[in-house]
Amino acid sequence: MSRRALDLTIYSLPFLLVVGVFVFYPLIANFYYSFQAFSAFSPTMRPVGLENYARLMNDPVIRIAFVNVGLYAALSVLCQVAFGLVLAAILSQAFLGRWARFLQAFFFLPVVMSITVIAFVFTFFYDPMTGLINELLAAVGLGAWQRAWLGESATAIYAVIAVSQWQSIGYVMMLFVVAIQGIPRDLYEAAELDGAGPVAQFFYITVPQVREMLIVATVITVTGSITVFSEPHILTGGGPGNSSTVLATYMYRSAFFRDEMGYAAAIASVIFVATMMVSLLQLRLFGKAK
Amino acid sequence: MIPAAILRHPGRLPVITLLALHTVIVAYPLFWMVSNSLKTTQEIYAASWSLPTRWVFENYAEAWVRGISGYFMNSVIVTGSTIALTLAISALAAFGMVRAEASGIGRAANVVFLACIAGMLVAPQVALVPLYKMMQTLGLHNSHLALILPYTAYRLPITILLVRAVFLAVPRDLDDCANIDGCNSFQVLWHVYLPMSRSILLTCAVLTAYYAWNEFLFAIIFIDSDRLKTIPAGLMNFRDALMTDWGVLVAGLVIAAAPIILLFIVAQRYFLSGFATGAVKG
Repeated sequence: MSRRALDLTIYSLPFLLVVGVFVFYPLIANFYYSFQAFSAFSPTMRPVGLENYARLMNDPVIRIAFVNVGLYAALSVLCQVAFGLVLAAILSQAFLGRWARFLQAFFFLPVVMSITVIAFVFTFFYDPMTGLINELLAAVGLGAWQRAWLGESATAIYAVIAVSQWQSIGYVMMLFVVAIQGIPRDLYEAAELDGAGPVAQFFYITVPQVREMLIVATVITVTGSITVFSEPHILTGGGPGNSSTVLATYMYRSAFFRDEMGYAAAIASVIFVATMMVSLLQLRLFGKAK
Repeated sequence: MIPAAILRHPGRLPVITLLALHTVIVAYPLFWMVSNSLKTTQEIYAASWSLPTRWVFENYAEAWVRGISGYFMNSVIVTGSTIALTLAISALAAFGMVRAEASGIGRAANVVFLACIAGMLVAPQVALVPLYKMMQTLGLHNSHLALILPYTAYRLPITILLVRAVFLAVPRDLDDCANIDGCNSFQVLWHVYLPMSRSILLTCAVLTAYYAWNEFLFAIIFIDSDRLKTIPAGLMNFRDALMTDWGVLVAGLVIAAAPIILLFIVAQRYFLSGFATGAVKG
C-alpha cells in the first residue's frame, strides 16, 4: 500500500468504523431480523421465513398506517412545498426591504424548536374544554364545529398533521428563498418590460427556475412523512384506536409494547424500501430535468 | 414604513395581509408559551390566551428544581460530546479524502464518498430494532454513549461532505509549504486546513447541536433511567409528573426550547447556510 493510500485509510478509519457499526450494520441486520421471530428480552431467534411479511400484507393496521402516511405526504407537499414557495416568493420582493430578512428568520424559528415542546403547546390548543381552537370557533359563532380534535378518530390524524405543518413550513420556505436568490435578476427585469405582473412573473419565471429545488423539497417532505414518528407519538400515541397510526409509531408499538421485534423489523424494511423508492425517483427526475 | 407604502401601492395589500396572518400564526404559540409560563394553573385554565395578571417567575425556578435541570445537563453532555466527536471524525475523514484525491488515488477516496452518500439515505428509524439489540449486547443501553454514538454516526456523512467541499478550496501550495517546513500530515491538517475552515466547522457544529438537542426517537428508547434522559425524552416524564401544575410545565418547555432558539438568534448565518445545503433536516 502506498503512503498516500495508507494515509487515507488511517484518516477515514474512524468514520468507516462508526458508520459501519451504527448505520450500515443495523440496516443489513434489520433485513435479517425481519425473517425471524424474537423477543427484546431473550437472545434466541426463531427463523420464520416470510411469515412477518405475509402478516404485513394482511394487517389492517398497516393499511391504516399507509393511508395516514399518504395523507401526511399529500398535505405536507401542499402546505409546505406549495405555500412555502409562495411565502419565499413574497419574501423575495424588493419592496419589503429589511423586513424580508427579519421575517425569513422569524418564520424559520419553529424549525429549530424541539418537537416535544411544540407538541405539548398544541395539546393545550386542542384541549376540548379549555383549548384555544374551540374557544376561537365559539367566538366566531362556529361553536357547532367544536371537537376533541386529538380525541376523535375522524380528526386526530389531521390535527397531528397540522402541527407538523406549523413546524416545518419555515424550513421549506428557506430552501426556496435560497433558490430564488440564485435566479438572474435580468429575467425579472425583462418580464417587467414585457408588462408581466408579479403573479405572471411567479408562474413564468420563479416556478420554472426553482424546478430542481421543487423536486428536492418534495422528496424531503415525502420521505419525512414516510418516517414521521414524534408528532403522532407525542400527540395521540397513534390513537384513538389506530386512527392516527403511522408506519413508525406502529413499528415502535410492535417492538416495545407487543415485543414482536421481528415484525417491527419487517415494518422498518417497508419504511426503508419506501424512502429508497422516493429517493431513486428523485434521481430519475433530476436526470430528466437536465 | 409599511403602512405608507400600502397607501401608495394598494396592490400589495393581499400580500401584506398574508404575511401578517402568517406572522400571527407563527408568533402566537411562542407568545402563548412565554405568557403562560408566568401564570398560575388557575389562570391558565381560566384565560390562557391573555397576558398574566401576576407574573409568577417562581414557575421557572420550580421547573428547574423539579427535573428540568437534570434533563438539561444530560442534553448538554450528549450534545457537546456529539459535536466534538462528529467534528473530529469528519475533519479527519475529509482531510484524508482531499489528500488522496490530490495525489492521484481519487478512486480510493470515492469509497469514502460513496459511504457518505449511502449513509445519508438511511433513516435512523430503519436501524432502530438492530441498534436497540446492539446497545444491549454492548452494554451501552441506558447510558449517554447509547445516544452519542448513533447521533455521531448519523451526522457524519453530511458533515464530511460539507467539510470536504471547503477543504478542497485550500490552496495546494500552502499544503506543500507546510510539508517542506517539516510538518507531518496531521500537523498540516491542524495548522493549515482547520484554521482556514472555521466557518464551515461552526456551521456543522450548529447543525449537529440542533440535531442532538432535539432528537426524540433514540432518546426515548435507548435510555430508561429518568436521571439520564435528555430534554426531549425527559419532558415526557416531566409532563406526567406535573399533570396539574401547568404553569411550571410550560416554564419547563420554555427552558427546554431556549438554548437552541438563542443559538439560532446568535448564529443565524451558520444555521441558514447549513440548512440551505438541503436534505440535512433530521
